[in-house]
Amino acid sequence: MIDLTLSINTDLAREILTGFIKSEVTRIGMSHAVVGLSGGLDSALSCVLAAEALGAENVLAVRMPYKASSKDSLDHAQLLIDQLGVQSKTVEITDMVEPLFKLDPDISKMRMGNIMARERMIVLFDQSEVFKGLVIGTSNKTEILLGYSTHYGDAASAMNPIGDLYKTQVRQLSHALNIPAPIIDKPPSADLWEGQTDESELGFTYEEVDKILYLLVDQRYSPLEAMEVGFDEKFINAVMTRIRRNQFKRMQPPIAKISNRTIGYDFLYLRDWGT
Amino acid sequence: MKLNLALAQINTKLGDVDANLAKHLDYIKQAKSQKSDLLVFPELSLAGYVLRELFASVAHKPTEDDPVFKHLLKESHNLDLVVGFVDEDSRHRFYIASAYLSGGKVLHVHHKIYLPTYGLFDEGRFFAWGDSIRAFDTRFGRVGMLICEDFWHASPPYLLWLDGADIMLFSSASPGRGLNDKEKLESARWVERVTKAYASMFTSFVAHANRVGYEDGLHFWGGATLFDPNGEEIAIGPYNEEALTFAQMDLNQLRRTRARLPLLRDERTSLVQKELGRILSRD
Repeated sequence: MIDLTLSINTDLAREILTGFIKSEVTRIGMSHAVVGLSGGLDSALSCVLAAEALGAENVLAVRMPYKASSKDSLDHAQLLIDQLGVQSKTVEITDMVEPLFKLDPDISKMRMGNIMARERMIVLFDQSEVFKGLVIGTSNKTEILLGYSTHYGDAASAMNPIGDLYKTQVRQLSHALNIPAPIIDKPPSADLWEGQTDESELGFTYEEVDKILYLLVDQRYSPLEAMEVGFDEKFINAVMTRIRRNQFKRMQPPIAKISNRTIGYDFLYLRDWGT
Repeated sequence: MKLNLALAQINTKLGDVDANLAKHLDYIKQAKSQKSDLLVFPELSLAGYVLRELFASVAHKPTEDDPVFKHLLKESHNLDLVVGFVDEDSRHRFYIASAYLSGGKVLHVHHKIYLPTYGLFDEGRFFAWGDSIRAFDTRFGRVGMLICEDFWHASPPYLLWLDGADIMLFSSASPGRGLNDKEKLESARWVERVTKAYASMFTSFVAHANRVGYEDGLHFWGGATLFDPNGEEIAIGPYNEEALTFAQMDLNQLRRTRARLPLLRDERTSLVQKELGRILSRD
C-alpha cells in the first residue's frame, strides 16, 4: 500500500526553501522581501522562511484588513510579526475597494472577494517598490492545482517558496518552524467574508484532497488506479475537473504566434538568465 | 601511486562564462595550494545548466586560442582539470561536453551521449547527441568521463570499463527532487546508489562532482563523492553549498581489490557481444 502520509523531511525542506529565497532575491542585487500576512498558515510559513533566509529586519510583513475581516486574522498576523521581529505595516483596504463595490448594488460575494484579493496584490507590489523587496508568494500546491485562488490576486508574486508543498505538508513544516499554534490550528480561510472556510467552500478537507492530488499528480496514478486504492470515483472526477479547468490560472496568457520567434514558444530563457 | 583528487561543487552564473571562468581559476588556486593532482568541475561548469536558447552564446572550443580555454590550459601544467562546457563543432552542432586538460593539452573531450528530454529536462531540444564513449590515458592511468544522464544508463560505464578505464570521472548538474521523509532527496539517493554500485561492480574508482545553487526554482544538491574499487565511500562533500572536497585515491587499491575479486578478469565480453548481436538482430 502506497504511503499517503505525505510526510516530508522538514529540515531539508527548510534548507532548500530558504536557500531558494536567498538565491532569487540576492542574485538580482536585492536583499529585501515583502509578504502579505493574512493571519493564516500559508503566508505565515512564507514569512518565516523569508525571515530566516534574509534576516527578519529585511522582511516587511503587510497586514491588509477589510472592515469585515475577522479580528483573529489581524491578531494572528501580529503574533507572528512579534515572534519573528520582522518589519510590519498595516494598510486597510476598505476605502480602496468600497467605491468599486458601490458601483454595482448587485455585486456578488465572489466578485467582492476577487476585488479584495487584487487590491491586496496592488498594495503588496506598491510596497515592493517602497521597501525595495520582492513579493514572496503564499500559494500552496493544493490551491494552485485546484485553482482555489484569485487570478492576479493572491496568486500573484515575484517568487513562491511554498508552491510545491501540499497543504498538509505546509502544516507539517509550520509545526517544525514553530509557527504559533493558533495559526496552525484554526480552520483555513480566505477570510473574504464572515464565516468563510476553505474546506466548506471546496466541499472536502485538505487531508482528503491532498492524498488524491498526490496520487494523481505526483505518483501519476490513473483515476482507475486511484479508485482501486479506495478513493470515490465522483471525488476523483471532481478533483480532475478542477485541475483541468484551472490550468489557465497556472500559465501566462498564450500569445498568438505569427512571427518566427515568439515569446513563450521559441524565445525560451529562464528568469535567472545572466545571474 | 596516490592521486590527490579535488572535487569542486560550485554554483554558476547562468550564461556568464567570464564570471564562471573566474570562479574556476579561484578553485584551481585553492586546489593547487592543497597539492591536488586532479580537479573535477561539474557538468556545464563554465556555462550554467538550464541554458535553453543561451546554448549558442556560451559555446567555446577547447583550443589554445580560445579566450576561455587558453587560461584553463595554462593552469593545467601541474594540475589536471576536468571542466564542463558547451562545445561547438566545426559544423555548428552544440554539445554538452567535458574536457580533460593536462600539461597544457586537451587529452580528451567527451560529448554527453544521453540528453534527458523528459520531465523537467529539455536538453535534446537544444543540444546534439554525442556518439562515442572512449577511455583515454592520463598520467594516473586510464580514465573515462561521463556526464549526468550518461551514467543513469548502465552501458556507458560498462563500456568505459571494458575500454580500460580504472578511474571514472562523473559530472552532473543534478536538480534535487523527490523530497519525502527520508534523510536525503530521492535524486541524491539514486545517484549515490548507482555511483557506488559502479565502483563495486567494476572494481574501479568512481568520482562524482555535482553542482550547487539554484536556477529559477531548480535546486542543485552538490554532495560530491569518491568511491573506491571496493565500493567504499572515500569522501563525500556537503549538500547544498559550494565546497571543494579533497580525497586521495590509493591507486594500488585497484590491484588489491582485483586480486581478491577478479570481476574484470572474468567478464565474458565475447558472450556479451554474441548475445547483443542476437538480441539486436531480432525483428
